[in-house]
Amino acid sequence: MAKTIVPIGPYHPLQEEPEFFSLTVEGEKVVDIDVRIGYNHRGIEKLSEMKTFDQSTFVIERICGICSTSHPFAYTRAVEDIISVEVPERAKYIRTIIAEGERIHSHLLWLGLAGHFLGYNTVYMWVWKLREEILDVMEILSGNRNNYAMFKPGGVRRDIKQEDIPDVIKKLDSIIPSLTMIKKAVIDDPVIHARTKGIGVLSKEDAINYAALGPTSRASGVARDVRKDAPYGVYDKIEWNMIVTKNGDVFDKVIVRILEVLEAIKIMKECLLTLPKGEIDLNIKDIPPGEGIGHVEAPRGETFHYVRSDGTNRPVRHKVRAPTFMNLPTFKATVVGETISDATIILAAIDPCYCCTERMAVRNIKGTKLYNGEDLIRLSQEKTEKIKRKMGL
Amino acid sequence: MSMKLKALLKSPWVFHLSTGSCNNCDIEILDCLTPRFDIERFGMLLAGSIKHADVLLITGSCNRQSVIRLKRLYEQAPKPCLVVAIGECSLSRGLFMHSYNCPVPLDKIIPVDVYIPGCPPKPEAIIAGVVKLIEKVKKEKVESKK
Ligand code: SF4
Repeated sequence: MAKTIVPIGPYHPLQEEPEFFSLTVEGEKVVDIDVRIGYNHRGIEKLSEMKTFDQSTFVIERICGICSTSHPFAYTRAVEDIISVEVPERAKYIRTIIAEGERIHSHLLWLGLAGHFLGYNTVYMWVWKLREEILDVMEILSGNRNNYAMFKPGGVRRDIKQEDIPDVIKKLDSIIPSLTMIKKAVIDDPVIHARTKGIGVLSKEDAINYAALGPTSRASGVARDVRKDAPYGVYDKIEWNMIVTKNGDVFDKVIVRILEVLEAIKIMKECLLTLPKGEIDLNIKDIPPGEGIGHVEAPRGETFHYVRSDGTNRPVRHKVRAPTFMNLPTFKATVVGETISDATIILAAIDPCYCCTERMAVRNIKGTKLYNGEDLIRLSQEKTEKIKRKMGL
Repeated sequence: MSMKLKALLKSPWVFHLSTGSCNNCDIEILDCLTPRFDIERFGMLLAGSIKHADVLLITGSCNRQSVIRLKRLYEQAPKPCLVVAIGECSLSRGLFMHSYNCPVPLDKIIPVDVYIPGCPPKPEAIIAGVVKLIEKVKKEKVESKK
């Protein structure tokens, strides 16, 4: 059987950075994978070095629209690390609330798209409808649906109004029943089991060797979460559980994310109810020379920022490392050996960019086009149909 | 006014291209398709390939990697192809104005019909923008008949 190369990407319309994958396939089976990144390069680190410390947060926010809290969070922590200050208590609570809100909407977004790839468009529509509620909550809290602009070095920009809190809690409560229903549907559905159990397994050793982060590693049994390991915000003051499962397949990744959403709602509610009174901002004026690091648990894993200051009002060096960068290489362990109709959901499972699949094209070596992205999603959806028929559903 | 354009206005199929965006604009476009906004009721559908689409929705700040591909895509699009620039990035490059990797704004690369400002624009704004686009084309149609 001749080897064929499947180019995926580079542009994908949904999520984070465009990436380029090339899958080498033998018949139906994937035998190798290669990843190339850098298509979304906008020179953010350089831009950040051109702005003042305060302005930088807005640039950093636009690294990724979905992680528009995690990046500024990590950056402000890095700047605060240079000055060695602690932000006021109320600011810490507000930061935690916004960060958890982001986690909820990011995981729901992923869940919907995963449903779409498996051929469950109902899940896609339902979950995205739920996600609108969270975006409403964020709009009440921060005034914006996506780029919240809440963070600044030394505190937060906006306060949460006391009279908004009951509304927010009501909205959060209203999504729990639907979410529980979706959780039950996923756990009980034999077709989802057939499509995701034992598929794209990332073993615990591999997760450690590839330094996988976030839900990708937690699904493989690696109990690693910045919120527990090096607590920031108010994660050490609040009761919450780290979700860890042990199989490392796509099913476990789904379960980890659904349970994390429920956990995040719990954290958000508790923070809102116990929100202390006080200052929200330190009004930092000068940043002394020095260097600092900041890391937070973004929805996809640990985000890491490094900032160096020379005493002027601009950072002289700013380095960003996003979690997907660490999670991408795990494809070598998960996709190789699986069939091409499963590749879509496995590539989607680390939550990088499912959308890349929309531009997938399977070519043989001479370059004749066999499949494109739509075909691949269709392949995946047809497999679900086949399984459904076999089970007599 | 061709038959094609008339049919296009009934149900404009959109294709969406991100040229180095932060995803927010892209997600808001997808949001338009989901139950709360549901632009499918107006006959708008997200097409998987530019060859099936009538309207090109562009987000992002057109970085050097994407300029070549953007041009190629526009050439492949069946004409008439209407172009909508979504978000501050594709309007003027916004925050990325001074970036070394974003040389020119979108309308210096391909002709743009409608600009939707916002960072990101709300789904309502995107829908309003597309409706305005349809009105604009209709008006041009009437004027060209006179
Ligand atoms: S306009 Fe704003 S939200 Fe849209 S892609 Fe650009 S930075 Fe992101």
